[in-house]
Amino acid sequence: MDFEFSEEQQLLKDSIEGLLGDKYDFESRKKFLASSDGWSREIWKQYAELGLLGLPFSEEHGGIDGGPVETMIVMSAIGNALALEPYLPTVVLAGGLIRRFGTEAQKNKYLPQIAEGKITGAFAHTERQSRYDLFDVKTTAKPSGNGFTLDGQKGVVLNGEQADFIIVTARVSGGQRDKDGLGLFIVDAKANGVSRRGYRTVDGLTAAEIQLSGVKVDADQVIGKPGTAYPLIEQIVDDGIAALCGEAVGVLSALTEATTDYLRTRKQFGVNIGSFQVLQHRNVEMLIAAEQAKSMAMLATMMVNEPDAVQRRKTMSAAKTQIGRSAQFVGEQAIQLHGGIGMTMELKTGHWFKRATAIDIQFGDADYHLEQFGNMGGFETAAQR
Amino acid sequence: MDLNFTKEELSFRDEVRDFFAKNVPAETKKKLTEGRKLEKDDIVNWQRILNKKGWAVYQWPKQYGGTGWTPVQKYIFLEELQRAPAPDPLPFAVSMVGPVIYTFGNEEQKKHFLPRIANLDDWWCQGFSEPGAGSDLAGLSTKAVREGDHWIINGQKTWTTLAQYADWIFVLARTDSKAKKQEGISFILCDMKTPGITVRPIQLIDGGKEVNEVFFDNVKVPYENLVGQENRGWDYAKFLLGNERTGIARVGISKERIRRLKELASLEVSGGKPMMEDARFRAKISQVEIELKALEMTQMRVVAAEGTRRDNKPDPASSILKIKGSEIQQNITDLLMEVVGPFALPFTDEDEAAGSNELPIAPDYAGPLAPIYFNYRKVSIYGGSNEIQKNIIAKAILGL
Ligand SMILES: Cc1cc2nc3c(=O)[nH]c(=O)nc-3n(C[C@H](O)[C@H](O)[C@H](O)COP(=O)(O)OP(=O)(O)OC[C@H]3O[C@@H](n4cnc5c(N)ncnc54)[C@H](O)[C@@H]3O)c2cc1C
Ligand SMILES: Cc1cc2nc3c(=O)[nH]c(=O)nc-3n(C[C@H](O)[C@H](O)[C@H](O)COP(=O)(O)OP(=O)(O)OC[C@H]3O[C@@H](n4cnc5c(N)ncnc54)[C@H](O)[C@@H]3O)c2cc1C
Repeated sequence: MDFEFSEEQQLLKDSIEGLLGDKYDFESRKKFLASSDGWSREIWKQYAELGLLGLPFSEEHGGIDGGPVETMIVMSAIGNALALEPYLPTVVLAGGLIRRFGTEAQKNKYLPQIAEGKITGAFAHTERQSRYDLFDVKTTAKPSGNGFTLDGQKGVVLNGEQADFIIVTARVSGGQRDKDGLGLFIVDAKANGVSRRGYRTVDGLTAAEIQLSGVKVDADQVIGKPGTAYPLIEQIVDDGIAALCGEAVGVLSALTEATTDYLRTRKQFGVNIGSFQVLQHRNVEMLIAAEQAKSMAMLATMMVNEPDAVQRRKTMSAAKTQIGRSAQFVGEQAIQLHGGIGMTMELKTGHWFKRATAIDIQFGDADYHLEQFGNMGGFETAAQR
Repeated sequence: MDLNFTKEELSFRDEVRDFFAKNVPAETKKKLTEGRKLEKDDIVNWQRILNKKGWAVYQWPKQYGGTGWTPVQKYIFLEELQRAPAPDPLPFAVSMVGPVIYTFGNEEQKKHFLPRIANLDDWWCQGFSEPGAGSDLAGLSTKAVREGDHWIINGQKTWTTLAQYADWIFVLARTDSKAKKQEGISFILCDMKTPGITVRPIQLIDGGKEVNEVFFDNVKVPYENLVGQENRGWDYAKFLLGNERTGIARVGISKERIRRLKELASLEVSGGKPMMEDARFRAKISQVEIELKALEMTQMRVVAAEGTRRDNKPDPASSILKIKGSEIQQNITDLLMEVVGPFALPFTDEDEAAGSNELPIAPDYAGPLAPIYFNYRKVSIYGGSNEIQKNIIAKAILGL
């Protein structure tokens, strides 16, 4: 058992924390937020220079062969700094699908460009009716020419507006809620028939509604065998969940620490409010919740490459449940213990709280995953006596 | 013990229910139902409709324009108002400064201000909290110094709700720095147009700008704007804070929000069926409904006791109403956000949306839900935080 980082991992941690520590103070972040992209292309270049954008890719595709632990380190730093760049959608989700399941030609075409910071991507899966069920897909892919024609609508696509390429899930056969019959298609964002409506999400990130009307996709832009993509979708969502858990670790520890700092300095009734035992205990409960979340984030990280899908998915659901519960408790209490100032946009606390809330919602909230976890039988099986 | 309303109370309820059904402007009602922000006009118009009917300041004594209703009638009125839903009459005017003026003010003040409050001719805001004085309100440091027949006020207030609309602000200011901190404070009325007052909006985490900082730089206020006696302001402030006994639990609003929740839960689909048929989610709604019913009963017990209380002191049990009421309101905003799943995430800037004819990101009812959840974190902070309320109960009820 070893929970320590290796020397290389420690270096990675220092380098991203160093970069974000330098460049991502609250005022700079405000500027990025207000810019038309909503994030910083300048910083994106620096991620590329540090090798972060090719982190999980193999060396021949411009990457550095990092594993889930490396991704957790980066995501945690992103959570702590509340960095706005589309790392999750580009590197983990869209890049991850090509890395894991793409053809050699697809890898050569996309991964080096992602690693160099030249293109960003998005994963367009959620639909208006699907809520969190990964198999609930109405968007259709009909064979045409040597490829397919896509029609349908995708919602809340992270980085959907700025992405250069979008990986779309669509149904080649079966009913709306069948696990069979799904496919993954790489769509050029500028292709005919793609229209995007971008917006900010409540936590300040960018997303889009995407309309696909007769969008042509060549056969060489299909990932995996059309009709059998469901396990691939599960795997990439698990990658997304593990990464979000890592990000949550950064967010929740930051909220806990910021609250401790505030209790130490805020004076009321002539004393630091940290001298009130009720607030001490609440801050302790925040710490415990954050630590429980961190432990489950580590478990999710260790399990994300598990080939047994049931074991893997069960762990992801357990982790996402814990993360969601901890995020809500820590977020709400951080605001409460800050009083009025916690309610404002002028302190980072409120922004962390909103990101924590969004993390719970993305890829299924705590209640959804609690049910999934139970349906998969939980960790322990009933004793046979 | 009788838990039923009398026949007279029931017919009173029908009368007010009917009035609200016919008189709340449709647009205002729609905003309240959907959880969108009210404009100044929504609140002013509504208050004037109530005033015409003679109900604008229903809780005041009759000689100042009140109704003379029993505590139970007042309770029924507020309950029906919230369930309509209709806007609460501006609390800073109607339940805060009004009662202070008719209880401690002089005849001139009463004659001038009270009718204007009833008709909301003056919009009032509450200048109590300061950056250094929140829970410890008596630690405030804004100063008012007497110069001839004027006060000169210097200092800063903060979290001042809707000061951007205000014509007047009531200010707690230190007028004797040598006295014990509670004993050197005065209650002064101040015209917001007076030179030296600056208002700076503060943006809250829902994106809205409902609170402000208010700066006082050598603000010259006529001496007669003092309410009651010099250095007795703390007593008036305590009276004011304890005055809103009923209604603090906002039971009617929570009921209306639960009806909205059930409405949306039957529209939204999860696992291929309406959310309302999801046993787990329904159990969560049921849990909060039961808590709310218990709170309603607790509130009625407090109301009934109020009719028999002799002293004019606030009932510490109202702290129970505040704590439980705020928890329930927050719980409901959480469930409302949960209903729409991933579609809680798109952020709609209400100001921008109002001036645009673009369709909202589907579904249109989702837009306000996450912002309200964020915004409602405030209800356990303002008006005496829940921690402070628990301190009150520990001391006043448990005797610890
Ligand atoms: C089943 C059992 C087995 C035990 N076995 C052993 C044993 O083998 N050896 C041994 O030495 N002792 C043993 N103990 C004693 C145990 O350590 C004491 O019960 C414990 O230290 C609490 O002390 P107390 O019972 O006097 O309660 P108190 O100290 O009087 O506490 C009463 C309550 O006040 C709270 N409280 C006290 N101080 C504070 C504070 N500063 N801030 C906030 N809250 C506070 C406590 O949490 C508790 O809720 C045992 C107790 C039990 C119940
Ligand atoms: C949206 C909003 C609108 C408001 N509108 C107005 C307004 O119109 N006019 C106005 O005057 N004020 C207004 N307020 C201010 C409000 O009353 C204060 O925010 C409140 O009194 C808390 O003060 P504070 O924010 O300074 O927090 P602090 O007092 O600094 O409290 C910080 C934390 O410490 C806790 N705490 C403090 N003291 C104790 C203690 N003794 N024991 C245990 N815990 C303690 C608090 O509960 C809180 O969790 C508003 C506030 C908000 C958020």
